[in-house]
Amino acid sequence: MTDHRNLQSDLHLIGSAQRKIEGLDKATGRALYTDDISLPGMLHGKILRSPHPHARIVSIDTEEALALAGVHGIVTGRDMPTTYGIIPWTPDEYPLCVDRVRYVGDGVAAVAAVDEETAVRALSLIHVEYEELPAFLDPHEALAADGSSPYVHDARRPGRNGNVTKKVHLEFGAVDERLDASDVVVEGEYFFEGTTHTPIEPHCAIGHWDGVSRLTVWSATQVPHYLHRELARVLDVDPARVRVLQPLVGGAFGGKSEPFDLEFCVAKLSMVTGRPVKILYTREEVFYAHRGRHPFHMRYRTGATRDGKLTSVDAEIVLDGGAYASFGLVTTYYSGQLLCAPYHMPAYRFDSTRVYTNKPACGPKRGHGSVQPRFAFEVQIDKLAEEVGLDPMELRRRNFIGSHTRTVNELRVTSNGFLECLDAVERASGWKERFRELPFGRGLGVAGSTYISGTNYPIYPNEMPHSAVQMQVDRSGRVSVFSGASEIGQGCDSLVAYIAAEELGVPLEHVRVMRGDTDFTPVDLGAYSSRVTFMLGNAAIDAARKLADQVRAAVARHWEVKAAEVLLAGGRALWAPDTERQMPIAEAFNLAEAAFGTLGSTGWYDTPKDVHGDYRGGTIGASPAYSFTAHVAEVRVDVETGIVEVEKIWIAHDCGRALNPVLVEGQMEGSAYMGFAEALMEEHVFKDADHGRAGLHNAPSLLDYRIPTSLDTPELQSLIVESIDPEGPYGAKEAGEGPLHPSIPAIANAIYDAVGVRMDRLPFSPPNVWRALEAARAEGRLGKPAAPGVREGVAGGRPSEAVAAER
Amino acid sequence: MRPSTQIVRLSVNGDPYEVGVPTHFTLLEALRYVIGLTGSKQGCDKGDCGACTVIVDGRATLSCLTPVWEAEGCGVVTVEGLASPDGPHPLQDEFDRNGAAQCGFCTPGILCSAAALLQRSAAPTRAEIREALSGNLCRCTGYAKIYDAVEAAAARVAREPPAGRAGERA
Repeated sequence: MTDHRNLQSDLHLIGSAQRKIEGLDKATGRALYTDDISLPGMLHGKILRSPHPHARIVSIDTEEALALAGVHGIVTGRDMPTTYGIIPWTPDEYPLCVDRVRYVGDGVAAVAAVDEETAVRALSLIHVEYEELPAFLDPHEALAADGSSPYVHDARRPGRNGNVTKKVHLEFGAVDERLDASDVVVEGEYFFEGTTHTPIEPHCAIGHWDGVSRLTVWSATQVPHYLHRELARVLDVDPARVRVLQPLVGGAFGGKSEPFDLEFCVAKLSMVTGRPVKILYTREEVFYAHRGRHPFHMRYRTGATRDGKLTSVDAEIVLDGGAYASFGLVTTYYSGQLLCAPYHMPAYRFDSTRVYTNKPACGPKRGHGSVQPRFAFEVQIDKLAEEVGLDPMELRRRNFIGSHTRTVNELRVTSNGFLECLDAVERASGWKERFRELPFGRGLGVAGSTYISGTNYPIYPNEMPHSAVQMQVDRSGRVSVFSGASEIGQGCDSLVAYIAAEELGVPLEHVRVMRGDTDFTPVDLGAYSSRVTFMLGNAAIDAARKLADQVRAAVARHWEVKAAEVLLAGGRALWAPDTERQMPIAEAFNLAEAAFGTLGSTGWYDTPKDVHGDYRGGTIGASPAYSFTAHVAEVRVDVETGIVEVEKIWIAHDCGRALNPVLVEGQMEGSAYMGFAEALMEEHVFKDADHGRAGLHNAPSLLDYRIPTSLDTPELQSLIVESIDPEGPYGAKEAGEGPLHPSIPAIANAIYDAVGVRMDRLPFSPPNVWRALEAARAEGRLGKPAAPGVREGVAGGRPSEAVAAER
Repeated sequence: MRPSTQIVRLSVNGDPYEVGVPTHFTLLEALRYVIGLTGSKQGCDKGDCGACTVIVDGRATLSCLTPVWEAEGCGVVTVEGLASPDGPHPLQDEFDRNGAAQCGFCTPGILCSAAALLQRSAAPTRAEIREALSGNLCRCTGYAKIYDAVEAAAARVAREPPAGRAGERA
């Protein structure tokens, strides 16, 4: 007798711990990444890079390099004189610089040779004459520039400052009036240092022009579709002749989400030499390629009533963009647009300006554009709680925006599990007993956040679906899924397999996923903006249910029952009223093929388009659903050295539904880790003329840049919250970026709980913390802050007795 | 001028190889680009990330910092050699089961460090695991699932030692 308790409409596989379909390949060394691929006759390429942060290219002489034995081809900017950019309105870079270099590391020429050593030797034989130009390294200086020396990019209109990439000023409600009428106004100035992704796999690409008509490029990219488009446009090849293959990607985090110089160079060099060409970045090149977190200079004014209700928020932000636009237009909007939940803001204004500087371009890093303002804002909230004498958990609850509502900037919020997140971290961390109660030097801090599950509008305007899959079933009982989504470690290839198995009732091992090839998979826009689970998941459900309907109809006709009574589960088709009546799934597929012909379906997902504000920029930040997160961090601060040790982070995340809790926890832990790393350790900074060569990266190695090792990383505890979103696949929302955000402010707020010192500038490295501790000591502010509600009579609320007691 | 080459005899995963490589080649380059064992990864090429870690005579070793001639006469085991004909090494299986490999690029190196650890310490504490893996950077997981996987594998190895070559000497 078959156990049919769970065979009805329950989920069998979705929601439970499953292995990834490529997991064992990764654990046995079989998994292929781009650099693992070698083609017959393949040449190796290298890119010559600018030693100057800002210079005119006077001349490039490649003759001597070309004459070197083993060199097969050299290309320069003049061979690819078409600008590109991931955002269609800001194409401001060439594959190789044509007449001007804009950062140390900007590419000027590329060589293909029989091996890497020969290519490197050839680079030293290319003679470039530069005319150096004054460099802008500081965003405020770049903003104040008057045109007396060339801007980083020429002004688009006369009289404009060419160093300004983008300005956004948006205002919702009576901001000034409400601030004036507020009982309390907290003002703060914050600085978020730039950080970079550092995937362990360096960028790598292989180009192969077949000599007649077809260009194939393998690349470690997060966006094969955009790469496809840009390769065709820049190299002037019919897109129908371009094929992009995406092997498994060894980490990305936003760092591989636009085309890079190497992809154009391998393609062009292959066209020039007639042979396949591979380029693998050195680790140093990865640091210079960057496109990581923008440094943000931020000022916030946050108003509230005496009982802690937010009244008005005013923000001014300067984004240090580096040499090119990258995703900067979006970053500039995101810097303000994504702050309007999980708290209700009656009025909000932000004024954001992105500035070009002569440093590697910044772009999207996990939590694109919203990690920086979230840090500042959640610290502001903590200060506000202190000011009005409330527990910061309670203050956050009081301002909860709710579910199925609109934000002040008119973004539509559907499901919202933020309160459950707060409850979960409060309980797990022992907050009620321990906040403000731990001994001096130890502290707890809380922070919350929200993030998008993809964006409602694509990067280039079009009306087509955001994600699609094709699915077919065959006579053996197997399901084949064709997915164009980008597997970068998050598990999206497995996701479509889980969905196919769930909906069609086949065992997981009978699902094959064909992936990563623009020749035979439908378009998915890429692995960015936390869009994949939501959009690909819905597309896969759509495709699978179309097939399942056909299979059920054929079986029902065979059994002479209603189609709605046929279940597909556990490798069988079953009749719900009496599950004794059943057949192997392969037999069901055969009945369906006999009834309907060869079985294949397409499924797709398109976003809601009418759920945003009617103002310029109102579509940016509009997402089909928002995730919510709360963290509590526990720290230990050594007041003598400034060393902060994060002992534990409790991570509660509303992911809608955890389709595979193991993978969701992995995203939560990885995100919290990455936020922790930015809080304490990472600085993507450059030398100025007083400290070496201007524009040189301060630490372009994994040793010096310092990403956390196993010994540095705190204990992480994941607490999944499921709000079951009405539009998500099985109710799911994103999990890959949201849980990064609160790490940083939670740690800052925990440092305050530990020693009474505010850290408003990142990172909280020993020198920075030590300086803040010294300043506090000099002013008598060092000490355990008072507990909420017991601040009466304590001017400033920061008793200094604790220091004395501690010594 | 072309770099001068040399013939090096290597034992990798129990197989003998005789490779002609430039004198400056590292063990990693010989494994990946000459022998064709691409499981070991290059993440930095200067010993910072640990993705190239292999086991040389029972010790976790950075193959990107090891001149290829230094491995001559040693028993080299790479991620491809951890499995036995009967199936994956318990570490490999537990990495898969616990979600310890996200992008998977650091995984081969971490597995080799962990396998070397299990050779010298059958039931490592979490502190010992953290110490043993501190030369392997992972950018995806926050290490939490990796510890879970190593602990689960250690428990299994204690019950039934694998037949693989992790501890093999030349």
